[in-house]
Amino acid sequence: MNITATLIGQIVAFVLLIWFVNKVLWGPVTKILTDRQNRIADGLAAAEKGKRELVHAEERAKEQLRDVKTQAAEIIAQAEKRANEMVEEAKNKAREEAERQLTAAKAEIEQEVNRAKETLRAQVAGVAVAGAQRILKKEITEKAHADLLKDLVAQI
Amino acid sequence: MSAEKASGGGTVEYIQHHLTNLCVGDCDPVTHQAAGFWALHLDTLFFSYLLGAMLVFVSWNLSRKLSADVPSGFQNFVETILDFVSGQVRDTFPGHNPLIGPLALTIFVWVWMMNFMDLIPVDLLPVIASFLGVEYLKVVPTTDLSTTLAMSLTVFGLIIYYNIKVKGPLGYLKMFLFHPFGKFFVPVNIVMSIIEELAKPLSLALRLFGNLFAGELVFLLIALIGATMAVGLGALFWLPLQVVLDLGWLIFHLLVITLQAFIFMVLTIVYLGMAHTSDH
Repeated sequence: MNITATLIGQIVAFVLLIWFVNKVLWGPVTKILTDRQNRIADGLAAAEKGKRELVHAEERAKEQLRDVKTQAAEIIAQAEKRANEMVEEAKNKAREEAERQLTAAKAEIEQEVNRAKETLRAQVAGVAVAGAQRILKKEITEKAHADLLKDLVAQI
Repeated sequence: MSAEKASGGGTVEYIQHHLTNLCVGDCDPVTHQAAGFWALHLDTLFFSYLLGAMLVFVSWNLSRKLSADVPSGFQNFVETILDFVSGQVRDTFPGHNPLIGPLALTIFVWVWMMNFMDLIPVDLLPVIASFLGVEYLKVVPTTDLSTTLAMSLTVFGLIIYYNIKVKGPLGYLKMFLFHPFGKFFVPVNIVMSIIEELAKPLSLALRLFGNLFAGELVFLLIALIGATMAVGLGALFWLPLQVVLDLGWLIFHLLVITLQAFIFMVLTIVYLGMAHTSDH
């Protein structure tokens, strides 16, 4: 049990060893540990954020779905309305067309009737003249009795 | 070999032989003990440097393949030790000083490794050394007071340095003047403070040295059982007893060496923590 110069050697070794341990063991491993800590913290934060985002996205998706559904309903309603309108239009058109045709037909009929009447009148005038000739036994000149004839035609 | 020598030359010689360092320089030619300060214990230096180098090499090797993702088995082990040490520093050291962690870790691991040399069978390395022509070999560096005192004096130096750095020279002086009993007992205070401060490195060094020296001695005594008693039929009783005792002491000593390394570390942290608190 005696203290020798070994003491000096050991002090030097001790100091050097502290330096080395700091350099190759404490430093790197502590750095690794803090790195890992940070990484885990980051990972947890990211997971939390992801979860929040997921909830948010789900909400958004729901909202969009709702919007889309409303829109679809609107579109369907519009389409139905349009279809009704078209049907209605078609009906109207058909009716108008029918009316138009009816009117045309009626007009034609009337024309025909008028024409027939005209023809009839003309013939009736001839018949009347012939009848009157027979009754009077003498010819009635058209020139002399033009007024009479006109009056007759107008009466028919 | 040593056992044969012991049975011939006596147990005292066996023990003394084991407790003699490989001395060069100012050594007594007869007893091989250091005669003055200027002697070197080569075995102490060799084993402590070897273990220190091993520590550095293994650490360096590990530091190249550290991974922050999934630690490998050995990295796990090192991280556990480091976490334990830094936990101790966090718990007992006020404030922050980047030196304390590496210092505590160095003390814990290096002292533990040097202590562990105690668990290698007491005769193994000396016998191998004697084949190589080395007559004296004391394998446990911490059973050399020079080693333990070297560490405790380094710690003492740090204590003084940080006391002056944190409290200022005047504050440090005031601690000596007024510390235990107030300003009316200045002479008593000075004596008490000096004793208290000197007790720190001395108790650190002597505690470690004493424990390991005693442990080594017990291993030697157990080894002597086989060497001296195991003659003829008696060997049937004494050899098993030696084995059982040796194993028991080994297991117990494993606890002791860890505990001593731990105590040295914790007290270092505590002393340096005291140096860092300005309100003593």
